[in-house]
Amino acid sequence: MAHLNISNVTLSFGGLKALSNVDMKIEPGLITSIIGPNGAGKTSMLNCVSGFYHPTKGDIFYKEKKLTHASPHQVSNMGISRAFQNLELFSGLSVLDNLLLARHQNLKYSFLHAVFFYGKASRIEAENRGFVEGIIDFMELEPYRKSLVGNLSYGVQKKVEVARALTLAPDILLLDEPMAGMNQEEKEDIVRFVMDIQKERGITVVLVEHDLGVVMDISDKIYVLDFGEVIGSGTPEEVAQNPKVIEAYIGEE
Amino acid sequence: MSKNDHLLEYSIPQLLRWRVKETPKRPALREKDFGIWNAYTWEDYYDHVRKTALGLKAVGLKKEDTIAIISDNIPELLFVAIGAHSIGAISAGIYQTSMPAEIAQILQYLKVKAVFCDNQEQVDKVLDVRDQIPNVRKVIFEDPRGMREYMSDDWFIDIQDLYKMGEKEHARDPDLFESLVDQGKPDDPCHLCLTSGTTGLPKGTIMTHKNYINMGVQITEVDPLEPTDEYVSFLPFAWIGEQMNSFGVAMATGITINFPESVETAMSDLKEIGPHFMFGAPRIYETIRSEIWLKIDQSYWLNKLLYNYFIKVGIKAAGFNMTGKPMPLGLKIKSWLGTQMIIRPLINQIGLMRLRRAYTGGAALGPELFTFYQAIGVNLKQIYGQTEITGIAYMHRDGDVRPETVGKPLPGTECKIADDGEILSKSASVSPGYYDLPEKSAEALEGGWLHSGDAGFIDDNGHLVVIDRLSDVMHNNREEMFSPMFLENALKFSPYIKEAVIYGDKEDFVACLINIDPIVVGKWAEDRGISFTTYMDLSSKPEVAELMMEQVLDVNSRAEKEHFKIKRFALLYKLLDVDDGELTKTGKIRRKFVQERYQNLYEALYDESINTKEVEASFQYQDGQSNIVKTSIAFYTVKGAK
Repeated sequence: MAHLNISNVTLSFGGLKALSNVDMKIEPGLITSIIGPNGAGKTSMLNCVSGFYHPTKGDIFYKEKKLTHASPHQVSNMGISRAFQNLELFSGLSVLDNLLLARHQNLKYSFLHAVFFYGKASRIEAENRGFVEGIIDFMELEPYRKSLVGNLSYGVQKKVEVARALTLAPDILLLDEPMAGMNQEEKEDIVRFVMDIQKERGITVVLVEHDLGVVMDISDKIYVLDFGEVIGSGTPEEVAQNPKVIEAYIGEE
Repeated sequence: MSKNDHLLEYSIPQLLRWRVKETPKRPALREKDFGIWNAYTWEDYYDHVRKTALGLKAVGLKKEDTIAIISDNIPELLFVAIGAHSIGAISAGIYQTSMPAEIAQILQYLKVKAVFCDNQEQVDKVLDVRDQIPNVRKVIFEDPRGMREYMSDDWFIDIQDLYKMGEKEHARDPDLFESLVDQGKPDDPCHLCLTSGTTGLPKGTIMTHKNYINMGVQITEVDPLEPTDEYVSFLPFAWIGEQMNSFGVAMATGITINFPESVETAMSDLKEIGPHFMFGAPRIYETIRSEIWLKIDQSYWLNKLLYNYFIKVGIKAAGFNMTGKPMPLGLKIKSWLGTQMIIRPLINQIGLMRLRRAYTGGAALGPELFTFYQAIGVNLKQIYGQTEITGIAYMHRDGDVRPETVGKPLPGTECKIADDGEILSKSASVSPGYYDLPEKSAEALEGGWLHSGDAGFIDDNGHLVVIDRLSDVMHNNREEMFSPMFLENALKFSPYIKEAVIYGDKEDFVACLINIDPIVVGKWAEDRGISFTTYMDLSSKPEVAELMMEQVLDVNSRAEKEHFKIKRFALLYKLLDVDDGELTKTGKIRRKFVQERYQNLYEALYDESINTKEVEASFQYQDGQSNIVKTSIAFYTVKGAK
């Protein structure tokens, strides 16, 4: 049974079809990549899953729960979190605060507890800090714990963005071009993290990425989008030999 | 005979056991993990050593077998090392930055039977050369991250599993460990320390328990430490400098060793701990000085004003403090005021406020830096010694810090200058020799004296002065002698210069290649609106060249002899780097290698008709990839030098 079942999804903006009749099955514990030329609808697909857009037609199921019309926070509560292509962090807060803030939904204590900060409040805060420290350790962000996000390099901010998605303890992590704008060394670093996220933490990863080398190396399954349609899917080897995919990427001979 | 001489009767594990009896509940080690400092008491320390020792025995490590350690500084590294010592095995440190081929060579040479790695990065390097190291029977790792796929292979073992095996052995025979520890003798070899390898493949220096403990006892004889004192462990363990503290000083005094969260956080962890003593290579002190310099530069006008005034006062006061002369009252008051108003808050920012003593060793430090640190109230002192004499044999005494010397011998150390000017020393810390190199050992220990290979003399105050490596001293073609290291240090005192390579052996004049300091010069360029992209680009700016010309002229103006003056220089397009083999792991220049690598620049330096030259710059990245870039490099002639 697929983890995430996207069936027959169409997304239109007026007359423009960003996605048309897209079918995808995201299997648990694997890295599934979505690739395609610019404007193919990759980010739109992620937006539909994470509840920012709602499909005009078709349905999205997560473990048999329908989330076609769920709002972003409902999707996130179900265990699907997302790291954005364009960073969506609070640049005036420290790395630690950014990550702690992402855990706000786990802070279940009363106003009174909070005012006096005793018992439940301090215990829950400590638990949350402990969890966040685990993520900081995992993403190797120790040197930046107390630095303001706005002062960090782009590569590190990207890591913080991924870390923030992880603090929600998701089952599925949606990564939108985590390697865009990075140099070779930073890319290799992120690849290692993506693989560790899958292998060590057992999180299902959905990756949208332009760097084909990376995608071919680490994906278990690939979907290729072009003009909003799935033109090929399968293992990296299958996709690499698919004539339609070759045509979309390097044009017709 | 001092009150601590009885410690020399112990091996390291026996001394650890003695510490447990004395102060079982005091923190011995502390490690920052998940943002929190966690302590191991002496009791915990000993428990972990026992588990590790018996675990190592269970996986087949025997007396006199060698276990290599490739790891960042973590408590487990000491558990493994001292665990090995407990069963009579020998530890050996390998630098974490070593490439696989180098690791294979060392593992073969030292006939290593097991390897301890902290994480997958190091494990992968060992795995890379597995077919070349048939002697290695086990690879122990600490961090299981990324190791999942290796677990089916019983070549690897998680340290947690090793602990469990050790626990099982202990349950089976509760007296076994104690009887093994009892068998150790102070003169047994316990560690193989690699020499820095300025001239070829490193040699494995055999170190005994007594070598380390004697070193710890003698240094604290001069500079006592309290058991409540803190030390931050951030030097590479493979370097004698770190072993001096973790095996020698810590065992002899019972101080607490603090392990940073990661290599990158070492400096901020240092600030959190506020150590009482510190040890480092000159590079560390140069970096901290630049940091202070930058902090002040970025500060607001009042701070700058106060700093600039009081640093001058401090330097004046340092002159009195360093020589132990009484200070005039006026200066005393001003210096006190400066310390309270600006110096203390400043050094608190870096974590040096509680520091009673800081030591520099491994290479020479510019005299101006001593004065600078003394001026900001950091008691920085030079120590001198080779790996073969457990890193230290000579040291400055409080109130007698003379920057041009390396101080007086430690108690129990004898010093002699050979007829050819070589420094010879003798003490209980001298190593019995090199591993498997009887000829080299005999050479180094000829006549019962340790031959340092350094030229030096003893001055009128009884201080030892080191000139340079005997083999490095240069003569120009008029047979006038000069020391390249001395001139390089003079240049490196400029905050704008990171590294310099002096030439001039059998030539008409002295010339040099300069590495600008990317941070300080970068800031300088920014302030002047000079735009730049990479290090290479910044180095090639004419404005930067002018700045460097000023620095060289300044050094020339202070030259003691006419033939010390630098006549030609060029700015190198890349920083000299350990990965490229240009520096040793401790940051010393590998002169011969550098000369060969930049032969074309060397030739141009001595051809005064050349002003610019096209060169192909090759880079090697940490992952082993390399890249070639074409660039042009300019050569400058300094006025006023012959």
